[in-house]
This record gives sequence, structure tokens and C-alpha cells, in this order.
Amino acid sequence: MKIIACIKQVPDSEAKVKAENGQVTYGDAPLVINPFDEYAVEGALQQKEASGGTVTALCVGPESAKEALKHALAMGADEAILVSDAALENVDSLGAARVLAAAILKIGDADMVMFGRQTLDNGAGVTAPQTARVLGWPMLGLAGQIKVEGGSVIVERVLEEGRQIVKANLPAALSVVQSIGEPRYPSFMGIRKAAKAAIPVWSLADLAMAAPAALVTRAATMNPPARETVCEFITGESPEAIAETLAEKILAEKVL
Amino acid sequence: MKTWVYIDHFKGQVQPGSWEALGLGKSLGAVSAIIFGSGVEAVVKAAFEYGADEVIAADDASLAEYRAEPYASSLSALASSLTPDLILLPTTSRTRELSAMCAVDLNSGVLTDVSAIEVSGETIAATRSIYEGKVLEKAVCSAKPALVTLRARAFPKPALTAGRAGTLTKAEAKADAQSSVEGYSATEAAVNIGDAAVVVSGGRGVSNNPSLGLDEKATAQKGFELLGELAAVLGGAVGASRAAVDAGYIPYSHQVGQTGKVVAPDLYIAAGISGAIQHLVGMRNAKLIVAINKDAEAPIFAAARYGVVGDLFVFVPALTAAMRKKLGK
Repeated sequence: MKIIACIKQVPDSEAKVKAENGQVTYGDAPLVINPFDEYAVEGALQQKEASGGTVTALCVGPESAKEALKHALAMGADEAILVSDAALENVDSLGAARVLAAAILKIGDADMVMFGRQTLDNGAGVTAPQTARVLGWPMLGLAGQIKVEGGSVIVERVLEEGRQIVKANLPAALSVVQSIGEPRYPSFMGIRKAAKAAIPVWSLADLAMAAPAALVTRAATMNPPARETVCEFITGESPEAIAETLAEKILAEKVL
Repeated sequence: MKTWVYIDHFKGQVQPGSWEALGLGKSLGAVSAIIFGSGVEAVVKAAFEYGADEVIAADDASLAEYRAEPYASSLSALASSLTPDLILLPTTSRTRELSAMCAVDLNSGVLTDVSAIEVSGETIAATRSIYEGKVLEKAVCSAKPALVTLRARAFPKPALTAGRAGTLTKAEAKADAQSSVEGYSATEAAVNIGDAAVVVSGGRGVSNNPSLGLDEKATAQKGFELLGELAAVLGGAVGASRAAVDAGYIPYSHQVGQTGKVVAPDLYIAAGISGAIQHLVGMRNAKLIVAINKDAEAPIFAAARYGVVGDLFVFVPALTAAMRKKLGK
């Protein structure tokens, strides 16, 4: 089995992200592997352990994104590849999917490509299905359990309506959700290996493609309207008395 | 502006956001509703009653189970030949995939989870949350058709006019399934906290009641039962924090927050939830937030309009009884 885990580098979830002068800023907050993508790496490593094979971590991003790839290597990925090109600075989701698909084909012979369900920054959750569509591979989204049998993969998808079991032939693209299991921590040996690893950087020219035109562009960024909530603590003689007062307050807000 | 609205449904049960999308579409002019499935007469009828001027329906046995690929191929084929300017969809797991794939087929842009939309001339600008809701962006799609999925409950649901009818156009299904649905495991009840008008959520605190003399999980189950009773009286759904989901108290489909669902109900009641930023980004757009926690210093109170410092095992049943009485249930 040759498995590719696609990852992205994003500002840490604790980062104070703001809109400033029309730009998104996050100060000196650390950049980390997208937390959802850690599940993709975890899912890929689980399948490698079950069926044998290799895991390649793949990322489109700036040079700094090598650190996110090193995290995947430290978790246990066998190799990592960065696609980086100045022409990709304002790439939209469709463009990123075309670049990822080209890189996946250049890596070659992949049986499965795994994604996180979405990124912390854009959060659209469309990169996985778009990459699958560009490749023409079946898309098995929101997988909570994955089992490979012969040339097929069977996944349990975690949906609004319950858990759906879907089967497809390999190669296939998957996105994984946290039911897959908590991502493993990098081991000491893994961290040492990752620190020494040489990570190839591919440009668009290496993928024999021109910069995709951005069809979606960001015209403005705004801070969400401030919510000046002051919490009114309800007190009373007994839980029943507090409940009575709170029930009246809730009804007076006319939200029901 | 030639506007289409994709009506998302699960085996005939329509996602309410589909009607919200239809309402938004109507505000821009005439609207065609797109309906795929097998045996969808009732959905077609409802689409007319919610305001569709035309319904384009592919009613075909091959579309009985939603699969992304044949649905995307069917929608892309229609859009290629009939050239709409804008395709609106509700935001669900299905439509994120569907709109993403159609954007590939049609070489256009997809904008997900949109909370406001501006149309000026030929340009469509959509407001959406990025960075876990910390920042908003206005994104512009320069290609056609723009595929826009709308955030649940961000747009008003139109009124239903019983018996209203319109033009029904039959469309072909593109049967190119690349995967098969083998079944459903019945381990989880259907839950869609994104559409609920009221969400009652529990966190780590639901397992904190030593007086029951039960183990952690059994205590938590008892706690979530109490929250479920309150939710039932309020006509709402049960949500949970990541801590409660990770501890195995309740299935993932209930999770509110950064790694779960972003919800914006009219009323959000947080019980035994401390209020980590990852949870707050998932619920802070609720109209009214009520927090119940033993710890008066819990950050959840900073986001709440009303707070009660106390034991949820004592207070939640009291609130359920008070609401039941006042609502006459």
C-alpha cells in the first residue's frame, strides 16, 4: 500500500487572529500542522500498520511548511514532499486541488490519499473532494473507520444522519474525522529522524504545470462585530426558585 | 441573475437550510430548484410550495442513495447546458462535496458556509467565517456559476403556500457511481444540531456527580439524559463539547466547536462546559446563551447572557420542570 497524507500548515488554534488593514494577522503565533490533518496522518499510519507499505506526507505551502511536514515524519511518515512556488501565494481551493493532484500523480502509484476534514484557516472542507475529482478517483469523505480488503476500501462515514458504510475500489481519496483515533505523539526517534530528513521541494515547473488562475479571491477581511455580553448571574433561595427566574428571563427574550 | 437552488435531502427528508436557500434565491429573482433522488414527488411539491418557480428534477433509481460522484455529474451536466449564474445550496456534509466537485467540473469557484451575500451586477460577493470564526472574509467569485453553500439559519425560511405549483422539468441522471453504499450502522440516532433552534450541550461536568455512586461513563449518561429531557421540552437537540465526546460520553455527531459543528441556534444552553476557545467559536453566534457551571470563574460565563453557578444534576431538572410548566407541556 502506498498512502499519501495531504497536510497544510496553519496558525495554532490559540493564535489571536485579527483583520488589520484588510489583511489577516496572527502576530508571532506558532505555525503548526493543521490539527485535522494530524488525523489524516494517523489514519495513513494505521493503514500502513494494517497492510504494510509506505506513507508520504504532502504539503502545498511556503518553505516554512517544512516544519509541518517534519511533524508528520516524526509521527512516523516515511517521506515528505513540499510543493512550493511563489506563484501559488493566492491560490484558491480549486487551484490547490489541481496542484495536489499533479503532485500525487508525480509521486505515483498511490493506493490511497488521505486528508483532514477541513483546515483551521479556510475551513471550507473542499480540498479533498476537489482533489479526488481532478484525479477522477472515488471520494470517501468523513471516514471514522477504514478497512482495506483486496483492492477495495470500506469506510464508515460519520454523517449528520448516522454512520454510513461505503465501499469503493482503490485508488481512492479519503477525508478522516476524529473517530479514527487520537493522533499519536511523535516519538523521540521520530523527532530525530525528522530533524535530519531532507524534504524535496517541487515547483510548479517540476509538476509541468502553469500557475492556476484564482477564480475565488478575497476582497476584504473584517473582524466579527464585537459582542458586549455581560453575564447576569441568576441567584435565588433554591434551585427551583433560580429555575423559575431563569425560565421567565428566557421567555422574555422571545427566542423560543 | 439566473439562480438555482439545490434542495438537499436525505431519503426525502429535506434539510431545512434548502428552504432558506430558496428564500434567498427568490430575493434575487426567479428561481429554479434542483432535486435529485428516487421517488422525490413530495420534495418537488414542497419546493413549489416554498417558492420555486421551476423545479428541475432527476428522479431515477440510480440516485436513490446519495453518492457524491453521480450527483455531481448530474448537476454539472445540467449547469453546463442551462448555464445558471449562481447555484445556492444549504451547507451539509453532502453539499460541501457536491459543490466542491461541481466547481472542478465547471471550472468555477465554491464558497462554503456563507452568512451573507451581495450581488451587484454580475459580481457575487459572499461573507464567510475563516480562522475558526475569528475573522470574516468577503470572497468574490469571478467565474460562473458561482457555487455558494449557505450557513444554516443565517437566512430566513420563507413561508409555505399550500397548493402552489410551477413548471416541472425532468432531467437525466448521470449514473457514474464510483462507490456503493453498503448500509448504515444503527449505533447513532439521527442528530443535526446545525439546524436546531435550541441546543442544550453538556461537557466534562456531566460526569461530575459522585453522589450517584456510578462510574464516570454511567454518570455522564445520566447527565446527558437530563440534558435530553430539557432539550425535548424546548424542542431542541443535544450538543456536547469536545471533552465530552473525547471521553466517550456521547457520539461525535453531537460535537459543537472547532472540530465539530458550528451552530447558531436561537437558544444555547451550556451545562458543565468550561468554555475553551475551541468550543466558543462553535456557538458564540447563538442569539441567547445560558451557562450552567459549578465554577463561577469558568470562561463560558464570559460568553453567556445568563449564568447559573450550581450543580447541573440539581439545576437542569429544576429548569426542565419550570420550562415545562411555562410552555404548558
